[in-house]
Amino acid sequence: MRGVRRWWPGLLLISPSIVLIAVFVYGLIGWNARVSATDWREANKTTNFVGLDVYRELRIDERFSLDLHHLLLFTVTFILGTLLIGGTLALLLDKGVRGEGFFRSVYLFPMAISFIASGIVWRWLMNPAPGDRASGLNVVFEKLHVGGLANQWWQGTNWGAAALAMPAVWALSGYIMALYLAGFRGVPEELREAARMDGASELRVYRHVVFPHLRPVTLAALIILGHISIKVFDLIVAIGGKQLVTEVPAVYMWVLIYDARDYAKGAAIATLLLIGISVLIVPYLIYTVRSERRA
Amino acid sequence: MPRKILTLVPAALVALAALMLVGAASGARSKSPARSTTAQANQLEVFSWWTGGGEAHGLQKLITIWNANHKGTPFKNETVAGGAGSNAKAVLAQRLSAKKPPDSFQGHAGAELQDYIKAGQLEPIDFIYKKSGFAKAMPAQLIKQITYKGHLYSVPVNIHRANVLWWNPAVTKKAGITKAPKTWKEFMTALDKAKKSGVIPLALGEQWTQKHLLETVMIATVGPVRWAALWRSPAGWSNAGVTLALNRYKTLLTYTNSDAASLTWQDASKLVADGKAAYNVMGDWADGYFRIDLKKKPLSGYAWSAVPGTGGVYDWLSDSFTLPKGAPHRAAAVQWLTFLGSKRAQDTFNPVKGSIPARKDATAKLYDTYLKWALNQWKTDKLAGSLAHGVVASNAWNTDIDTALGLFLQNKDVKKFQSSLVTAAKKRA
Amino acid sequence: MSTTSAAPPAPLPIRSRRWFARRGSRVAPLKYLGLLLVAIVVLMPVYVLLVTSFKTLTEIDAAHAWSLPSSWTLDAWRQAWDELSPNMANSFKLAIPATLISVVLGSLNGFVLSKWRFPGADVVFTFLLFGMFIPYQAVMIPLTQLFDDANVPTGIPRLVFAHVVYGIPITALIFRNYYATIPDDLLEAARMDRAGMFRTYWSIILPLSAPAFVVAAIWQFTSIWNDFLFAVFLITDPVSWPVTVALNNTTGSLVTPFNLQMAAALLASLPTLLVYILLGRYFMRGLMAGALKG
Repeated sequence: MRGVRRWWPGLLLISPSIVLIAVFVYGLIGWNARVSATDWREANKTTNFVGLDVYRELRIDERFSLDLHHLLLFTVTFILGTLLIGGTLALLLDKGVRGEGFFRSVYLFPMAISFIASGIVWRWLMNPAPGDRASGLNVVFEKLHVGGLANQWWQGTNWGAAALAMPAVWALSGYIMALYLAGFRGVPEELREAARMDGASELRVYRHVVFPHLRPVTLAALIILGHISIKVFDLIVAIGGKQLVTEVPAVYMWVLIYDARDYAKGAAIATLLLIGISVLIVPYLIYTVRSERRA
Repeated sequence: MPRKILTLVPAALVALAALMLVGAASGARSKSPARSTTAQANQLEVFSWWTGGGEAHGLQKLITIWNANHKGTPFKNETVAGGAGSNAKAVLAQRLSAKKPPDSFQGHAGAELQDYIKAGQLEPIDFIYKKSGFAKAMPAQLIKQITYKGHLYSVPVNIHRANVLWWNPAVTKKAGITKAPKTWKEFMTALDKAKKSGVIPLALGEQWTQKHLLETVMIATVGPVRWAALWRSPAGWSNAGVTLALNRYKTLLTYTNSDAASLTWQDASKLVADGKAAYNVMGDWADGYFRIDLKKKPLSGYAWSAVPGTGGVYDWLSDSFTLPKGAPHRAAAVQWLTFLGSKRAQDTFNPVKGSIPARKDATAKLYDTYLKWALNQWKTDKLAGSLAHGVVASNAWNTDIDTALGLFLQNKDVKKFQSSLVTAAKKRA
Repeated sequence: MSTTSAAPPAPLPIRSRRWFARRGSRVAPLKYLGLLLVAIVVLMPVYVLLVTSFKTLTEIDAAHAWSLPSSWTLDAWRQAWDELSPNMANSFKLAIPATLISVVLGSLNGFVLSKWRFPGADVVFTFLLFGMFIPYQAVMIPLTQLFDDANVPTGIPRLVFAHVVYGIPITALIFRNYYATIPDDLLEAARMDRAGMFRTYWSIILPLSAPAFVVAAIWQFTSIWNDFLFAVFLITDPVSWPVTVALNNTTGSLVTPFNLQMAAALLASLPTLLVYILLGRYFMRGLMAGALKG
């Protein structure tokens, strides 16, 4: 049992990190929350505490609702797409292939390329021009005789925001693959062997031995993807500029703070994003941590 | 107990190693702050977003002249790019709020500077105008439109024109369009002809270019005087003139390419240059793009005129430089601004940049074909300040209009659009 | 999760390169084909990037995205090099120390949070993680002020400090979750040997950490190398700007020189790619034979 071990060296070791995060992260979160409860706007010399007024404004803000709608679509597509593709790639590579290093590097490469440039490329690839002006992926679909797949991408009215997730999936799948691959490789081979000797098929081995091991990895992946998604800004602006048709809350937040100088409203969006992600992630975090302890 | 201490020593060593690494990595570390007192050797820190093309080129020429004349005050070029300065403005905001301003920074002359003025971050520079006689050298309408509560806060280096209609002569000829459209009706006829001949009638780009188009349509419909009035009081926004303008705008949008949101302004201009579209409305920076980047010849490869309905009106915008309060090298900054308003500076910078001087006394032969035309117009046209480029509306007002426009582009509801514009005006005027 | 046997477990087999190669040769060609197809799809945008970097502006637009240049030119590459190379050194001075410190810190924190726990370790873990979600764009102005007030040395060291601090959550996450998959009885032997915290870390945990280090280092190096926001706000002197700010400045002001941007982006991505390739070798190491005693 753990009781005998002295635990305080551990606490001591991690305490600088706790202090740093408390100051440089929570201090700012607090500042931000405070600003969101004021009416600090433009060049107001005096600001007053207005409680939840700014949040009420946001609730009826049509532009913000549009942004949330886009964000939801984007997030779901992004997370599901990346987990699926990254996980599948890791599965394919797990047993080892010739040239694994080559494939790993290829799949990881997109993450290394700045969105300033790849955003432009994706804008071209997802150009919705029809007919003889078709270009990008639409023209590829036509050439491959799957013209029915050609669509309006992110200019599409209802599902457009899901298309915005494609470049993000492209960029992050390689990394999620790496996470899962590390996770797969972390499963003790003897456990797999033991299951095999018990007569389990390879599929069973995966399902009952390997996958349960991967819950922490999936949690890590979800947290990484979730926090990218909530804050996604560079990608959106690189592809779609600052237009309402592609806007997500983080872009609106930037516009409010640095263009419109509506600091309170910008801070409110930041706080809402923070609350939003914690509502989604924290329960899962607690659940995973608890189930690990039980195991 | 010794064991406990043993576990602490490695921890301390790791921390120490980390600190040392950071220290070692600093290499040639830059001087620490404390710039509000005497900074390093005298220099001139100028903050702009002119990172590329003719602008960087023109700025470089000015830097060369400055450095030659001010050997003890070298020019420090602090530029950050990003969509008409959006990144630059953010970084600038941080520096201003930290009370560490540059000696001078770029901003669009007009309402865009109001945020800085109201925050008390700019010094009025009436004294520079007086000393150098800028008020006489620049058009009176311009001076009037950049004066805020009786004071001047920036020196305009150049003037750009927003209400320019560009077209491809080969395309319009093929479509049977014989002369440049001057009225709304002629424009509609021309666009129909273009549509029939199988090209995109009016090439359009992403949202900000659509705002740009909107402003020209509004100026064309209500005229420069009522346009100016719109920005002084919210009353005019509910008028029939605005309704008509918005409806005309809606009609105009039906003549544009469906992938407008996926195109930058230069992509839209390229459609015209490549013969895929007939017309495009864009500011006169398009001239540089056509001529230098796309290698088209003015008047044969591309041509221009005033946006239909805005003949005799100059929809202007201007890059200008300011004097921040607490500029670390104020004397140099004042000299910089004085230099910028001079004929020499403006005639050096503008031909390269692709704009005309704010001054009235430009030497015409230094400027190319399009700019010569613009110079002539500048002499006689009535001035209407640009919306999309920060002359008539503050940043906050512009953002409200962006919201209204963005939503309109989704639902095409003119009534709703107009009422949001009225609300915005009531809030911000 | 782990077996409970009285005797210490047998040493675990090393997964050597040969082990992988042996398995690899039995892989169905179908799998290989699938991987290859995915690789092609993944590289398609890279192809467009490359091809555009060799064109002149006259043939750069959406319609020509796929076409090869009608006349190849190195101008964009030359200019990209001119504009980026002064700042490359800054990026190295930034990314290498910051990544190293960050992953070491993450490993120690992750170890403490998973294998040398203290009361409230889970709360601390959640505390660290939650802070990760604040959108930094919103707080850049007070953040910079905070750094000024805390007298963090300016220039590249300030940026290193920032990345180390803001990398704490993610590195702790990666390492903690990786270490959580290590069976506890691996530490039993050390505990029975009365090994202290650092001894345990050094002799048991660290040798097993290679994949986690790789994964964490890849993430941190990429984020730090590619970061623009912190770089542009925290470093005021253009001389010290890392390569990302120079890359952003290739956007130009009115006309965007797409060819220059693509060449510059590819150039800027090469060091990161090199890191992936170099670190990838360590990926092969699974669990190694631990230094188990007794």
